[in-house]
Amino acid sequence: MSSSTAQIQLDLDNDHGAKLHFAGDWVEGSATPEYLDFRPQLLASAPNTLVLSGEGLGEWDSIFMAFLLQLCNDCRERDISIDSAALPASAHRLLQVATTVKPHKPPEEDSPPLLATLNPVAMLKGVAEGTRDSLAFMGEVTVALGRLAVGKANTRFSDFLTFCYQAGPNAFAIISLTSVLVGMILAYLGAVQLQQFGAEIYVADLVVIGMLREMGALMTAIVMAGRTGAAYAAQLGTMQTNEEVDAISTMGISPVEFLVVPRMLALVAMMPLLTIYANILGIVGGGIVAGGMGITPLQYINAGEAAIDSAHIFVGMLKSFVFAVLIAVAGCRSGINSGRSSAAVGQAATEAVVTAVVYLIIADAAINILFQQLGI
Amino acid sequence: MSESRAHIHIDKLTMAYGDFVIQRDLSFDINRGDIFVIMGGSGCGKSTLLKHMLGLITPAKGDIAFNGQSFFSAPPARQDEMRQGWGITYQTGGMFSAMTLAENVTLPLQLYTDFNRDQIAEVVAYKLALVGLDGYQDYYPSEVSGGMRKRAALARAIALDPEILFFDEPSAGLDPISSRLLDELIQQLQESTGATVVMVTHELPSIYGIATNSVYLDAHTRTMIGYGDPKHLRDHSNEPVVRQFLTRGLGAAEDSTA
Ligand SMILES: Nc1ncnc2c1ncn2[C@@H]1O[C@H](COP(=O)(O)OP(=O)(O)O)[C@@H](O)[C@H]1O
Ligand SMILES: [Mg+2]
Repeated sequence: MSSSTAQIQLDLDNDHGAKLHFAGDWVEGSATPEYLDFRPQLLASAPNTLVLSGEGLGEWDSIFMAFLLQLCNDCRERDISIDSAALPASAHRLLQVATTVKPHKPPEEDSPPLLATLNPVAMLKGVAEGTRDSLAFMGEVTVALGRLAVGKANTRFSDFLTFCYQAGPNAFAIISLTSVLVGMILAYLGAVQLQQFGAEIYVADLVVIGMLREMGALMTAIVMAGRTGAAYAAQLGTMQTNEEVDAISTMGISPVEFLVVPRMLALVAMMPLLTIYANILGIVGGGIVAGGMGITPLQYINAGEAAIDSAHIFVGMLKSFVFAVLIAVAGCRSGINSGRSSAAVGQAATEAVVTAVVYLIIADAAINILFQQLGI
Repeated sequence: MSESRAHIHIDKLTMAYGDFVIQRDLSFDINRGDIFVIMGGSGCGKSTLLKHMLGLITPAKGDIAFNGQSFFSAPPARQDEMRQGWGITYQTGGMFSAMTLAENVTLPLQLYTDFNRDQIAEVVAYKLALVGLDGYQDYYPSEVSGGMRKRAALARAIALDPEILFFDEPSAGLDPISSRLLDELIQQLQESTGATVVMVTHELPSIYGIATNSVYLDAHTRTMIGYGDPKHLRDHSNEPVVRQFLTRGLGAAEDSTA
């Protein structure tokens, strides 16, 4: 079949009427006239009625219909009546179907200028709002915990056990790897300095105190924020998307009691245990490096034992408890407040990790300063 | 009915998940330009049959042919070509929730046509206008009502001017009026494009309103026990179950009192 180029021709008659002829093939891949190019010509002639004629029309597909639709919508706005009966029968029908419903006009909303998003005051406000929301959320959780304590909360013990398993034993492998390496890093860090004074033996003190007080809790928390905090946000976000959270609320169950409390308690129960485990492995990791520097295992253990102090253990455990609460709050809050699309769930997971890490570092610094002042 | 008119030919099809046979020995034709309804009780395998027709599941036995060409023995490249002539809506929607309605409809156009960006935007507006959603381009699926979401799925299905349209329970969960409007829309689109429509439904108004042919799958005997114009089946089927289904159980009451 020979193809001919798509053309339009507008004929005016003397009675404010106009006739628009379509000719040629209007199909994908061929050069078709653009409606916006034709529009000025139509507006200039300003007819009352417009007759569409498809006499010379060859093949046509959606691109032809798209042209017609723009034409019709424009004419409807300008009260130009259109007669499409002379088009091919199916095009005439499709056009009728497409124009039965008027185009919807979305409400205008002005987006803020780019610079406004960089405004430091607005940014600080955002941070303040986020913190306030988190505090409000913690308040809700506290109320729910209160109800749990008096046995009135809708929290299922089986959920708690499942989450314990996910947050505890399932995390062993990754915690083992990171804590051994962190112990080794600590040992290397100290070794370089201490060797200059011939005080290699203090590597043991450094590793033990470093792990117990600081790195054990912090590294475990950071791994758990990426692992479990993000998982909480994704789980709750997906439940939000599937309207499961709505279903829970309408059953008269508090989503905080039902969804947040078991997750938080599981993390609070598991994190200190994981931290103890991480501390032991970290000290072992440090021992490996110490061995490489000529310190015998016995010397390392003796020196290390002397460095262990209940204050260090207490500080580390307190931190791991606080960190667990913060990770659970960041993860669950992002999940519960997530939007209802798959992109929003991804965003919630990212937000959960970022917020958790920021909270962790701030809390760590605050606790360190506090105990420094108290002299513990 | 001559072989040559059949657009889709189902040939002694047996469907199974593992060893669990869902339906066996299905043989029927779907003619060009039909609005063909697959009906049957919940869980009888309607969606499964549709997934076989879509080539998503390989039959345990038998074959499905489009225009006389077997789908499952065709090479993968040919299968992809055949798929391009199909438009599909899924039972649970299948709209990409992270994309706006316009982006959803744009996706197949971007993948399979040479339209430039402006042309795509125009065609998308036209497709959305066909389903009464022009102007909702920038809304996300979660921001429109259930009926609108179903129609948007329809707009995506017709993006490439398909030869065959497959719908899995298109009006499930819609109010009667929206559901009738959707039926009318399907009928209008069928008439103006000449496409063949295959739909799963158990809404009697849709079945009587627009179906030109149908098949009834029985969950109990695991095979088809009715094939033909649903109005004819309602009045003349030999199977009480089919008459009962098509009269919402009232036929059986008449039977038992008679
Ligand atoms: N992926 C699957 N694996 C195993 N069995 C399935 C699967 N999908 C569906 N089934 C079973 O196949 C039967 C038919 O399901 P389906 O085709 O969805 O029914 P319906 O007619 O309601 O659409 C049901 O018994 C269902 O449990
Ligand atoms: Mg189904």
